[in-house]
Amino acid sequence: MDDLLREFVTETNESLDVVDVELVRFEQEPNNAKILDNVFRLVHTIKGTCGFIGLPRLEALAHAAETLMGKFRDGLPATSDAVTLILATIDRIKAILDSLEHDQREPEGNDEELIIELQRMVERIVPPAAQQTVGTLAPQTLERPLRPGEVSLDDLERAFRETAVEAPAKSATAAPADAGAQDDDGGKAASQSIRVTVDTLEQLMTMVSELVLTRNQLLEIVRSHEDSEFKTPLQRLSNVTAELQEGVMKTRMQPIGNAWQKLPRIVRDLSNELGKQIDLEMQGADTELDRQVLDQIKDPLTHMVRNSADHGLETPQERRAAGKPDRGRIRLSAYHEGGHIVIKIADDGRGLDTERIKAKAIAQGLATEDEVEKLSEAQIHKFIFVPGFSTAAKITSVSGRGVGMDVVRNNIDEIGGAIDVKSVAGAGLNFTIKIPLTLAIVAALIVESGGERFAIPQLSVVELVRARAGGEHRVEKLKDTTVLRLRDKLLPLAHLGHLLGAEDAGVENGFVVVTQVGSQTFGIVVDSVFHTEEIVVKPLSSKLRHIAMFSGNTILGDGSVIMIIDPNGVARAFGSTVTSQMAAGDAEIKHVADEEQTTSLLVFRAGSSEPKAVPLALITRLEEIDARKIELSNGRHMVQYRGQLMPLVSLSDRVRVKDEGAQPLLVFSDGSRSMALVVDEIVDIVEDRLDIQVTGDNPGVLGSAVVKGQATEIIDVGHFLPLAFEDWFRRKEQTASRRPRSVLLIDDSPFFRNMLAPVLQAAGYEVTAAASAQEALALLHEGRAFDVAVTDIEMPEMDGFGFAEAVRGDPRTADLPVIALSSVVSAEAIERGRRVGFYDYVAKFDRQGLIAALKEQADVTRAA
Amino acid sequence: MSTENTQQSLKEYVTATIGGQLFGLPILRVQDVFSPERLTRVPLAPAEIAGVLNLRGRIVTLIDMRRRLGLERREDRAPPMAIGVELGAESYGLLIDSVGEVLKLDEGAREPNPINLDPRLARVCVGIYRLEGQLLMVVDVDRVLDIGDKAIAA
Repeated sequence: MDDLLREFVTETNESLDVVDVELVRFEQEPNNAKILDNVFRLVHTIKGTCGFIGLPRLEALAHAAETLMGKFRDGLPATSDAVTLILATIDRIKAILDSLEHDQREPEGNDEELIIELQRMVERIVPPAAQQTVGTLAPQTLERPLRPGEVSLDDLERAFRETAVEAPAKSATAAPADAGAQDDDGGKAASQSIRVTVDTLEQLMTMVSELVLTRNQLLEIVRSHEDSEFKTPLQRLSNVTAELQEGVMKTRMQPIGNAWQKLPRIVRDLSNELGKQIDLEMQGADTELDRQVLDQIKDPLTHMVRNSADHGLETPQERRAAGKPDRGRIRLSAYHEGGHIVIKIADDGRGLDTERIKAKAIAQGLATEDEVEKLSEAQIHKFIFVPGFSTAAKITSVSGRGVGMDVVRNNIDEIGGAIDVKSVAGAGLNFTIKIPLTLAIVAALIVESGGERFAIPQLSVVELVRARAGGEHRVEKLKDTTVLRLRDKLLPLAHLGHLLGAEDAGVENGFVVVTQVGSQTFGIVVDSVFHTEEIVVKPLSSKLRHIAMFSGNTILGDGSVIMIIDPNGVARAFGSTVTSQMAAGDAEIKHVADEEQTTSLLVFRAGSSEPKAVPLALITRLEEIDARKIELSNGRHMVQYRGQLMPLVSLSDRVRVKDEGAQPLLVFSDGSRSMALVVDEIVDIVEDRLDIQVTGDNPGVLGSAVVKGQATEIIDVGHFLPLAFEDWFRRKEQTASRRPRSVLLIDDSPFFRNMLAPVLQAAGYEVTAAASAQEALALLHEGRAFDVAVTDIEMPEMDGFGFAEAVRGDPRTADLPVIALSSVVSAEAIERGRRVGFYDYVAKFDRQGLIAALKEQADVTRAA
Repeated sequence: MSTENTQQSLKEYVTATIGGQLFGLPILRVQDVFSPERLTRVPLAPAEIAGVLNLRGRIVTLIDMRRRLGLERREDRAPPMAIGVELGAESYGLLIDSVGEVLKLDEGAREPNPINLDPRLARVCVGIYRLEGQLLMVVDVDRVLDIGDKAIAA
């Protein structure tokens, strides 16, 4: 009897969840007979089973609800009141089921009032529904007659009575997604799916994990024996294990819709309670993910939807006043991307209140007023994720009155996910959550550092680079910072040993694991790399969980335990070393701040104690040469460098080229030519917002900016290049077309204008710079002709998109090709760029890319 | 549930020597005794944590009891032993010098910690038995495993 009861409770609960969802849907689509049929059938089953098991309270309730629904079935309108009443009944049934589960029997109590109300509701809507009036209600009774194959209620009842014990199994197949569609083959579906307890699945998973470990162990043994007869059967075992693993993983996969199931009901209740009209749209409900992950995000998702309904969306009056439709919208969507699932929650409400967040951040001492003023809106919004920012202590399905986003983020962090927020005042709030599909078994790269092995999840590994002294890829060291020049980009490096607190670790020889986390790419230096292995992730002991560098541990094929590196933790470690002391103690905020428009700057000293800086992206290489190798020729300092003479240029008269010891140089190359700036000392590489506040009068200095809290001179590289080769900017003209092509360069930042102009001139273009889109349009309207325009995207007032649209909209300029420059190149932006007619889209620091784009464009025009 | 409810209320302890001192752990908390092999050190971990190892497919976190009790590092090279205990669903091993016999002791004979006991010992011990020739300190396993954020600062 116990088993029967337990099964009944589980199934009934599931059925009720479906009823919840379906009823809300039915209220919105009263003509959809399929939904009603489904609801009716489920309630009917519950009623029948209750009678069979002997649960009079439940039976009476279900019966009364069924009677009312029967009236809907007969074509009577499903009023909101009636639906509310049925939902209340279902809540009561759920409450009774809960105590049934605990005490194995129905609780004492009386449902008289509810039943009477249900009956009254039936009577209230029954009287006009005499036989003659059915016709007048015809629109409600569409699709009413039984369709072929559909079972009449009487038959259903009879079937139910005859096979009472099996009945629940049938209802179990009522999948929420297409519950209506299975009327005809319900029986078939039942025989194709069986119910397995979660425990059984978990156990199966554990055993598969053990099997994977054992397989790894065997592979390890065979690896050391070259010619082994075990090789072939082991290969087979390995494949079968992999398939088995995949199969078991599949059984753990559940559609994310399961986590969303309760939402329509919640939103409906909230909208009634708050007097708001809310549409809940759900896309991608069948996107599957591991149940462990699903469990973890269920509450956060519910919480966020509640928040949107409660705080985000305005009342109809407010919406009308703001010129929006009365009905607010919350849209949930989910899709797969790589090994991740991306979930978006968007509403079209009022968005976050930036001022209030600011005030609260200051009140809580997370940032000072000055600091807050410097932050962008997006950065301020991120404060909602800071622990303790909101007052809500924890998330439960009933709480959620506060903001509580820190708790949401915590839950998501725990499963190795990431959350981001975008809010536009008055237009809505948009959360994006990215989480791994599964946590149980992942492919990982096994590496060694300081004599110990570690696993780095393959998902975040981009590539492996062998770094060797004097080799193609060289690790360069700048005091405390190490970088790797990789295909024209300087990649910040961290030695795994350093990150893990080892005293000394050589970086010259080793492997660089190029890792990507979000938009951050960096290299993790390790001593050696072994192989990739499918590892079974085991949670860290609670005593070790605070270590941000590890996300878990695992048992390797040889039986030893190793730690799994958490790339998020490593990324955060970078954040804290490269940014200034804003919001001390909260690495995350710093990390977030990094993503906002920061530039890697090389800070050095030359001629004076004040720091100077130049964007790292402009520098080809950092060198330290023996001062004795510097030669004086024709009154100029030269050094033999890679088989060529490289001229050295001093930053100012005060910089002395050293006579002995090591001379630090910043090498700039263009094509085959190189020149070097002589500096006294390379200080650091910092990641900071580049905001030139005071422009300089001195040639060679663009101006001053605050870098890492210190006033720093930003060097104009363009000034020094011709000092080395007078023809630096001219020599390419011969390769370009006879008439230099003219480029209109638009960028609001004087720094980029000054940086790009020389680059373009060097490539043989005639450059006219404009500080804003308006200025550029004015030039065009004056009748100035240009071959091509290069514009920044992010500009105040009119942005690059607006500029392109304006150019296209004017017949005089419609033919002007526009190339966009941006530090953020998202697929969305590219698509938008295509719409407004950008010829090409180039990353802001990608000089080669820009020149290539210009050249390609020129070729196209010439060909045309 | 078979709690010793004789007149004497006897309790069984697994005894262990750490730095020459005899300690007793309630036998009900002890899962097993094993000699740790293939220990993996965990960088950045609290000093008390000696590392993690694989014990029959489970990952066990080893606590260095000498560190935990603020005792000297071990001089001799004798192989250490570990007493396996559980906390919630997690397995821990307490690293000790050597394991002794199981003693049945009368609950009533237990004396409170002397007030001048070293605070590091007082932190994890919940009383003392006077045995023939030596003292046995009763270790509270939960307190031993209470390596919280305070310890991490080190």
